[in-house]
Amino acid sequence: MYTEKVMEHFRNPRNVGEVENPDGVGEVGNPTCGDMMRITIKVKDDKIDDIKFKTLGCGAAIATSSMVTELAQGMSLEDAEKISRQDIADALDGLPPQKMHCSVLAADGLREAITDYRSKHPAEEG
Amino acid sequence: MEKSIYMDYAATTPMRREVLDAMMPYLTDEFGNPSSLYTLGRRTRGVIEEARERIAAFLGADPREIVFTSGGTEADNFAVKGTVYANEKKGNHIITTPIEHHAILAPCHYLEKRGFDVTYLPVDEYGLVDAADVAKAITEETVLVSVMHANNEIGTIEPIEEISKVTRDKKVLFHTDAVQTFGHIPTKVDVLGVDLLSMSAHKLYGPKGVGALYVRKGTKMVPVMHGGSQEHNRRGGTHNVAGIVGFAKAVELAEKEMDAEAKRLIELRDYLIAGIVERVEDVRVNGHPSKRLPNNASVCLNGAEGEAILLSLDMENISSSSGSACTSGTLDPSHVLLAIGVPAEVAHSSLRLTFGSTTTKAEIDYVLEVLPPIITRLRAMSPLDASWGKKC
Repeated sequence: MYTEKVMEHFRNPRNVGEVENPDGVGEVGNPTCGDMMRITIKVKDDKIDDIKFKTLGCGAAIATSSMVTELAQGMSLEDAEKISRQDIADALDGLPPQKMHCSVLAADGLREAITDYRSKHPAEEG
Repeated sequence: MEKSIYMDYAATTPMRREVLDAMMPYLTDEFGNPSSLYTLGRRTRGVIEEARERIAAFLGADPREIVFTSGGTEADNFAVKGTVYANEKKGNHIITTPIEHHAILAPCHYLEKRGFDVTYLPVDEYGLVDAADVAKAITEETVLVSVMHANNEIGTIEPIEEISKVTRDKKVLFHTDAVQTFGHIPTKVDVLGVDLLSMSAHKLYGPKGVGALYVRKGTKMVPVMHGGSQEHNRRGGTHNVAGIVGFAKAVELAEKEMDAEAKRLIELRDYLIAGIVERVEDVRVNGHPSKRLPNNASVCLNGAEGEAILLSLDMENISSSSGSACTSGTLDPSHVLLAIGVPAEVAHSSLRLTFGSTTTKAEIDYVLEVLPPIITRLRAMSPLDASWGKKC
């Protein structure tokens, strides 16, 4: 049911953990629904300098979390917040239909981390 | 370990060589339709009747009380819809439990939409039904009580004999879904006291696509599968001859081996459950500690998600099952775990290991070796720590 790429990210997830003294934190999901994710970012020159995730969830939740951190690494904030659930699914060579909500979680987690950063650093906005 | 370890016997079992051998003639030369009158047909007719006798004897029933079906799901559908539609004049009330298999729950939901009333009995923390609650739930309108013999997810064995005392006293039909128990623990219909009992061949090393419903003599039923006059007008459709022969062979083998095998599996089961509890912190064991299927271990490994556990075990060549939302194709975790009071966030972490003929103690030891590091790894990836919800 999962693509080889999903399984590869599930087996060897990239960027697991939390960055030290994060500039932005995004937390999405809740324990009742089963999937929870925290993304922490370091921002430098309006770009994502470092990004890590922690996720409690199924294979797709872990793989999409891993993929979103890989996609966003080094991106400008403006580009990073445009990463859609479809972008994440495509980068994983697709997700089963019933697992698309997992990629929503990953996209939302990243956006929330960026929003959190902006709320704390309004002066640094261009 | 190169070998693959199969621990999902509750889902299906490998068909035995003896079963295949018994079936082969009926997949090749002996192809006659049992409803045909010429010799070729009469021969297959004969083997079906022998198979029926074998299965009936195993249940302590009369051969005429066995109706062959396409499997457990059809047997359950027939038991529910076949009895309530035949007894519409008596009433429109069905009693069942919230932990039944979907093959019972879905027909009940279907009937509810068409004006039938369904009572879902309470179950305790182990999933046990109380016979006193059955007595309280029965009304003048009640036409059927259906309680599963043992639960497929958590393994709990229900007090069928106690419930049948109530249903007999109140003269209400009693069905049990014995798909998980038939061929594994005793299922004599007169001991259980049931009027209807569902069976499936592939759960006891037989072929897929064949099962049966035991229907006590005198039970009013209407067909669910309308067609030819097969099965005394109770189930239309050309007989699955090879499947029925394989089913009977599986029953013959189960009859010889069941008691010793149950004893062996209970030891493995208790060893596995104790091993998991000892090696992994924060474990919840699901189902009754002793009133449970010999081959079922069901646990919740809080803080790790069930599908992620299943995939991780698969990477170690172990086949398992989970009641997490992610494995059910819905957003809700197992209806069974929720019904026995497991909080949703814990139910997402469920793991079911069910074993059988090929399972050895060495395999259990291997599971006990690889499972704890999997849980440690998944828990380490979880954001659900003291700082959750408190952004830095």
